[in-house]
Amino acid sequence: MEKFFWAFIVGGLICVVAQIMMDIFKLTPAHTTSTLVVVGAILGGLGWYEPIIKFAGAGASVPISSFGNSLVKGALEEANKSGIIGILTGIFHVTSAGISAAIIFGFMGALIFKPKG
Amino acid sequence: MSSKKNKKLTPTQQKYQAFAKAREPKPSVLKNCFKAFLVGGLICTFGQVLQMLYIKYFNFTEDTAGDPTVATLIIITVLLTGFGVYDHIAQWAGAGTIIPVTGFANTVASASIEHRSEGFVLGVGSNMFKLAGSVIAYGVFSAFVVTLIKVTIQALGGI
Repeated sequence: MEKFFWAFIVGGLICVVAQIMMDIFKLTPAHTTSTLVVVGAILGGLGWYEPIIKFAGAGASVPISSFGNSLVKGALEEANKSGIIGILTGIFHVTSAGISAAIIFGFMGALIFKPKG
Repeated sequence: MSSKKNKKLTPTQQKYQAFAKAREPKPSVLKNCFKAFLVGGLICTFGQVLQMLYIKYFNFTEDTAGDPTVATLIIITVLLTGFGVYDHIAQWAGAGTIIPVTGFANTVASASIEHRSEGFVLGVGSNMFKLAGSVIAYGVFSAFVVTLIKVTIQALGGI
């Protein structure tokens, strides 16, 4: 039960930070999401993102910043296993589910739904 | 209308109105942040519920349950985008719907559906990542730099 509470709080706070970036610093949504992904990658490299996921669960793994963390995580795992080339082979290792699902279901959506207007 | 109303007020009252207006906190930013917090938090809580269900009933572990959770959220988002519901929620919730992985799925799905009229290869295929591409490009490049730095530090004996 506690996990749901922290997922709500942490997930909500990340969205508030993004909303502030959009409203006060006048960034476009694309700039905001890109910034968060880069921040997630840096936090992942420092090893600070995993503890947040441990603590807040989906509150940290559902926002887009976890995408950056997962990219670093996959690249690091493979790099430790098979050397420097592992960065190239492992970078999509963890995020494969999200990207593939977005492509596959996005394409299915385009097959089924007709554009409006 | 408002200037007509103002004319009926005494000078002191007019002064007060101007004074109050200048001191009014900007409601839009606060309100937007509240909406983003509420909706973003709810999406994450829903993700947590899905994750719990996958762990409990489908034998996923805490580490592997993230994949089916993300996939489920993406399927739901594509359906909501197709039916035109997601855009309505997004208009109200702002960053609350953009930042969770559902926002990523929404940009892919909406770009695919929107460009369908230009054909399936030139329209859907090449425009699918029109909006989501920046996230992948910056994510991958920054992850590459971060990992390279980290691997180099490890190779040099670590800190």
